[in-house]
Parts: sequence; C-alpha cells; structure tokens
Amino acid sequence: MDWQRLLVSYAVGFVLLNVLLGLMAYMTWFERRVLARMQHRVGPNRTGPFGLLQPIADGVKLLAKEDIVPANADRLVFLVAPLLSFALAPLGAAVIPFGETLHLFGLEIPLLVADINVAVLYVLALGSIGVYGIILGGYASGNRYSLLGALRSTAQVISYELVLGLSLVGVFILAGSLSLQDILREQQRALVIGSLTLPNWYILSQPLAFALFLIAAVAETNRAPFDLPEAETELVAGYFTEYSGFRFSFYFLAEYINMIVVSLLAATLFLGGIDGPFVDGVWWLALKALFFLFFYVWLRATLPRFRYDQLMGLAWKVLLPLALLNIGLTGLVRLWGIGAL
Amino acid sequence: MSLIEYAVIGLLVLTSTVMGAALILLGHFVRPRKPTPAKLQPYESGIPDVQPPRGRITPRFYLVALLFVVFDVEAIFLYPWAVAFDVLALYGYIQAALFVGILLIGLLYEWRKGALEWV
Repeated sequence: MDWQRLLVSYAVGFVLLNVLLGLMAYMTWFERRVLARMQHRVGPNRTGPFGLLQPIADGVKLLAKEDIVPANADRLVFLVAPLLSFALAPLGAAVIPFGETLHLFGLEIPLLVADINVAVLYVLALGSIGVYGIILGGYASGNRYSLLGALRSTAQVISYELVLGLSLVGVFILAGSLSLQDILREQQRALVIGSLTLPNWYILSQPLAFALFLIAAVAETNRAPFDLPEAETELVAGYFTEYSGFRFSFYFLAEYINMIVVSLLAATLFLGGIDGPFVDGVWWLALKALFFLFFYVWLRATLPRFRYDQLMGLAWKVLLPLALLNIGLTGLVRLWGIGAL
Repeated sequence: MSLIEYAVIGLLVLTSTVMGAALILLGHFVRPRKPTPAKLQPYESGIPDVQPPRGRITPRFYLVALLFVVFDVEAIFLYPWAVAFDVLALYGYIQAALFVGILLIGLLYEWRKGALEWV
C-alpha cells in the first residue's frame, strides 16, 4: 500500500465531505430564498444578512428537539435507518473530478478522491443502497403512513433508477468507458461541424439521454413534482412521519446532499464538468451544478405533484422505452461513425 | 487504479457514519427527554389506531420490484457491452438488440396483462 497516496486522497475526501455538508445547509437557505422570490415573498431574512445564519439556527434548533421513539417502533432499526441514509448520501461525490492535479507543499494532490474505473456504476449503486434507509425507517416506525410512504418511495426510486441507468448507456457507448475521468476527457475534445466548432459535451450528442437523466434524477431524489413519498395531503410526511429532532433532519439532509451529488454528476456527464475557459475547472463545475440546483427549485415552484399511477406509468411506459430507443439509435449512429455499417 | 481508491472510499464511509453518530450523541446532552404514553402513540391524524400498523400491502409493489430486478440485470449487462462497443461492432450490436428485444417482448406482455396499471 502506498500510504502517502492513501492519506492525501483521504484528506481530500474529508475536506470534500465537510464542504458538502456546508453546501447542503446552504442549499436549504438557497431553496427557501429562491422559492420565496418566486412566490412574491421575502423568505428568511432576519437571522444575519440576507438570513444567511438561518441554516445554523435551524441546525441548533433541531439538535435541541426531543428524539421521540414511538412505542410500537422497531427500536434498533428505527434509530439506525436515518444514519444509513445520511452517511451514504455524500459518498457519491468521491468519484467526481473537481479539477486538475494541484501542487501544494511538494505534494501532488489530485482533485478527485477515488479514480475508480466503474465510477458511474458506483454512484448508481450508492443510490440503490440509499433506498434501504427509506424502507427500513418506514417499516420500523410502526405507522401506516410511514409504511405506505416507504413502499411508494421504494417503488418510485427503483423504477426511475432503471431509467437513470439505461439513459447513461448512450454516453458509455460514446465515451467507451464507465470512468468519469475518461468521460470528461472525451468531452474536452472539440466537436467540429463544418465551420462550427463546439465543445464535445454530451448534451449535444445525447439530448434525449440528458432529458431522461434529468427527469429520472428529480424522481430519484424524491423531489417535486415527484415528491409522492412525502405527499403531505395524503401521507402526512411519508416515511419520516414518526421521526423528530435530528433523526428527522438526517432524512432531510440526505435529500439535499443527494440533490447536490446528482447535480454534480449531471454536470460532469452531460455539460463537460470542469471544462471551461478562463477560470479554474472547479468554478465551472460549481456553476453548472448550481444551474441544476436552481432548476430543482424552479420545478418545485412551478409544477403540481403527479398522481401515483401517472408517476409509475410515466417511468415504465414512456421513459423506459425511450431510454431503450436512445440506446438503439446511439448504437446505430456509432456503428456508422466507426465504419462498421 | 488500485485498492487504494476503494480503501479511501471505505474510510470515508466510516468517517461520515462517525460524524452522523457524533451529531446524535451531541444532541443527547442538550435535548429534553420526556416521553408520555400519548406522545409515543403512532401518529394517525388524531384518530386512535385500531388495526396493527404492518397490515396487508397491495401486491403491486411486489410486481414492480420483480420487474425492476429483471430490467436492472439487463442494464448491468448492457454496461460492459457499451464500454466495448467499438470492438464488438456490428456483431455485438445485433446480439444486444436480440437481448433487449426479448426483454422488450416481456415488457409488452406485462403491459398487456395490466401489471403496469395502478388502479
């Protein structure tokens, strides 16, 4: 084992973990402010300038709230499930490249925590494991709303995960790799069409996959208009109905971290990630991710919630066949491109 | 590309779990703990519950899970094919088309049988 490399990578990962936690706190602030503006309100503005201290005030408040465990809950599972959701959510960011290698104190510091060759598969797998936090929490609560919310959520997440996974196959065909590093490298080449030179971002060559990925990602993170699991008009709060205090906030935070990770992933896979002129790559990545995060809030402010049968029908009857169609078409074009047809 | 990358991920899993547990522990010293029988009842919008909470569940969820397993395996099989696409070329494309085609017939069958309807 190369201990120095392990330590450096771990240090980068540790910093990344903390940055993500901070970003997630401010994502709640960002969402409340933007949502308020869209609804002609002001939003939180009393705690600090522009209400910037609001996330900290919320955190302290939640920390000081009673942690209620219902009498007929499955105690151990009830206590551990939110931790599972929370602990796994930020790890997807470990495979996303944040920039070129940094040289500091005579050390080579890669701005990428773990350069594994199945990076995208790893992120999808983490999403699948995240479902356990939801279903275990809902089941252990001993509450009908929780159980129904958890089942709905699980069915929704696995259905859209399929679409998410299949929509990316087109990208893999073009890049010839599952590694995010390779996918980025492919996108940094120039795409020349006649006299026009464009960046080879996959949003241009895979527009259908991009649309499918975006829709599936919103559903995968249980966000409006796909926030059925927590439809407050019918299921109270869905799978975390019985949770209170900081354990409730773990579910809440996991949702926001997932949003950030998915936004980073979408930016890396389809918008060229760190690719951009003038400033360091990390700013471009941040800008592109911020665009997706704003899109999330925009959706929530604009669209009403789907009905559950519409939601499942959309995944299986529309998006899944479209994803397969995209793979077939991409394959055909690629065959023609490499001269095998 | 080595075990180091996975070791780092393992360490990070440990770190984030410890961080979460530490937050819960920290709260233990500041939060109140006053359970009452009424507070520990499951929340049912104010109505006392009459049935056991983990009652019967519609089998549709089970069907969705089953379909998911079939198609997720398909997706996993398509990944290596997509990565080696340029090497396998036309031969691989036809094979993948047959593979997806068979599953597509399965999906159409499910569709016609009404397994994808929710009412």
